[in-house]
Amino acid sequence: MVAIPQERSALARFNGRDVLGRLWSHFLLRRIAKALFTVFFVSTLIFFLVRLLPGSPVEVLIAQLTGEYGYSYEMAANQARSLFAIDPNQPLFLQYIDYLRNLMRGDLGQSLLSPGVPVTAIILKYLPWTLFSVGLGLLLAFAGGVVLGMVMAYRRNSALDHLLSIAASLFYSVPSYLFGIMVIVFFGIRMGLLPIADMRGTLSSGQQVELSVAFIKDALFHAALPIVTYALTGLGAWMLLMKSSTIAALEEDFVTAARARGLPERRIAILYVGRNAILPLFTQLTISIGFIVGGSFLVEPIFQYQGIGYTLFKAIQSRDYPLLQGIFLMITISVVVTNLIADLLYSRLDPRIRRPGRSD
Amino acid sequence: MAQTTATRGGERREAEGGSTVASASHRSPAASRGVGWGQVFVRFLRHDKIGAAAFVVFGFFVFLALFGPLLTSTDKVTDLSQLYSQPSRDHILGTDYAGHDIFTQIVRGTRSVMVVGALAAAMSTVLAVTLGALSALAGGPLDSGVLLITDVVLTIPYIVFLGVLATFVKLDSPILLALIIAAVSWPTLLRAVRAQVLSLKEREYVEAARVLDLGTAHILFREVLPNMTSYIVINFVIAMTGAIYGQIILYFFGLVPLSGDNWGLMIQFAFTKGAIYFTNSLWYIMSPIVAICLLQLSLVLISRSLEEIFNPRLREG
Repeated sequence: MVAIPQERSALARFNGRDVLGRLWSHFLLRRIAKALFTVFFVSTLIFFLVRLLPGSPVEVLIAQLTGEYGYSYEMAANQARSLFAIDPNQPLFLQYIDYLRNLMRGDLGQSLLSPGVPVTAIILKYLPWTLFSVGLGLLLAFAGGVVLGMVMAYRRNSALDHLLSIAASLFYSVPSYLFGIMVIVFFGIRMGLLPIADMRGTLSSGQQVELSVAFIKDALFHAALPIVTYALTGLGAWMLLMKSSTIAALEEDFVTAARARGLPERRIAILYVGRNAILPLFTQLTISIGFIVGGSFLVEPIFQYQGIGYTLFKAIQSRDYPLLQGIFLMITISVVVTNLIADLLYSRLDPRIRRPGRSD
Repeated sequence: MAQTTATRGGERREAEGGSTVASASHRSPAASRGVGWGQVFVRFLRHDKIGAAAFVVFGFFVFLALFGPLLTSTDKVTDLSQLYSQPSRDHILGTDYAGHDIFTQIVRGTRSVMVVGALAAAMSTVLAVTLGALSALAGGPLDSGVLLITDVVLTIPYIVFLGVLATFVKLDSPILLALIIAAVSWPTLLRAVRAQVLSLKEREYVEAARVLDLGTAHILFREVLPNMTSYIVINFVIAMTGAIYGQIILYFFGLVPLSGDNWGLMIQFAFTKGAIYFTNSLWYIMSPIVAICLLQLSLVLISRSLEEIFNPRLREG
């Protein structure tokens, strides 16, 4: 929500519009306001989807409870209220305020399929696995793409460059879920190289969550296939981006000057070329995070990896509305927060963008 | 006869305000030089072998979409003696979990994939072009508002948004399916269109139209849009690849009623029937995947060729 500028506006009214303008031009504040607005927008969208669409889930549930289970309307409405964290008897606007207030307290309602289990608890149980696998996959793709992209730029038009370019385009064009299916079909089944059945789930049965080598090994074993999928399908884009970015950086005057000063080529590559070439990639990082998190929604069911994507897949298939709207909101919040972090990181790395007037 | 066609074309141009490809050719520089896009196109494809191949592949899929359902039989014959059979003369691509011919399913599935893809791409293109161009021309609060909403929708993971949205709607018609895909896929295109219009806005002929006070509608439909038709066409092709992936995803999740023929449905069945875990079902699972990849690859290559055809400067680089 645009909470911050509005609050500030009340404070700043007697100071005139320019204070407001200066606050708005502040990079950090603008970013935070936008992030809050995004979360607000998504929660509002969810509310109206649930409430206003014909045959809305709330009405369907009430009808089901009164019709099939012989509940009185009163009881059914109460049940619906606790499940959706929405009171269907109140006027729409009050329902909306109520819903937002519940959200603030972290009350997302209860799962329809397992009544009594709060949605928040389910999310907290599964989200860490997804963040772990998606984060590691993204990191590997980014690091690998940066190194290989630089190699491609330095060895431009060599056989290696052409080979890597083709590989990058190929990985780039295959969507992650099809890649996942192919991994299972070829490596798991046809060649029998991977113990697909054992790799399902997030941990082997009996393995406790603890800080030990055995736990980390087991977690990595189960997450390996999703991580490799995220890493390889993401790698191509980073390689191609880093290549063009490095080629641009190689032509900069400061690189020529560094060469003229006789600096060792290795030092130039890392400190002069690499550091500058990597900057534009950070803006792509923000887009990529949302993309890869969305991808987990397809990749996790394929490998039967029980993270938030798998849970969402199940929730969608069984139309468990409170759970799926909670997960949807949670995924949006995670993406918004990581975007914010990436933006802040970027503004630390490249002070030029903090200047007002150059927003995006 | 020629006279009537010309008039009708002219009328259409008036009615739709230059948002179609046909009308743009009247204003394109190539046409004014007496060379039609057709000739440019043919001449170009002689040099661009990959692009030509992509057009041929795409043309083949269009042919399947148009005539496939007429050439194959509707009834699926369940043949339990032929489960997951390997390719043979009777079954070019083998059979599936119930002995149905896979090749027939691929052929029959082409139409719905293409129709929904094209419809969704058309819807999101129309929305993105009108809204993007208007907001760029108008500027001010409208522009900031549109941009803000666009950014917000862009932040939400596309696939998750699509999946969640689809649970609230009963997707029993191709139009609804296309609509829901379009509803989540317009933002990227809108940003692209807006950026393009912002740069076109500063050109002399737009300035001139503004000085003459010809009105926003005139400037938008007669000056700005006809000059970015090529750009819109390319983005339409790209939007179509997105829409095709989108519908495959919706089918894969089982969010679309499981009837009819569609490649996504084939993958969904292969997945739920456990076909991906069988050693002899390779043809069943890989056929739709290869078909999707081929179609997508041809579209991506076509968009690249179009870019080079419309923008000759790229050819030298």
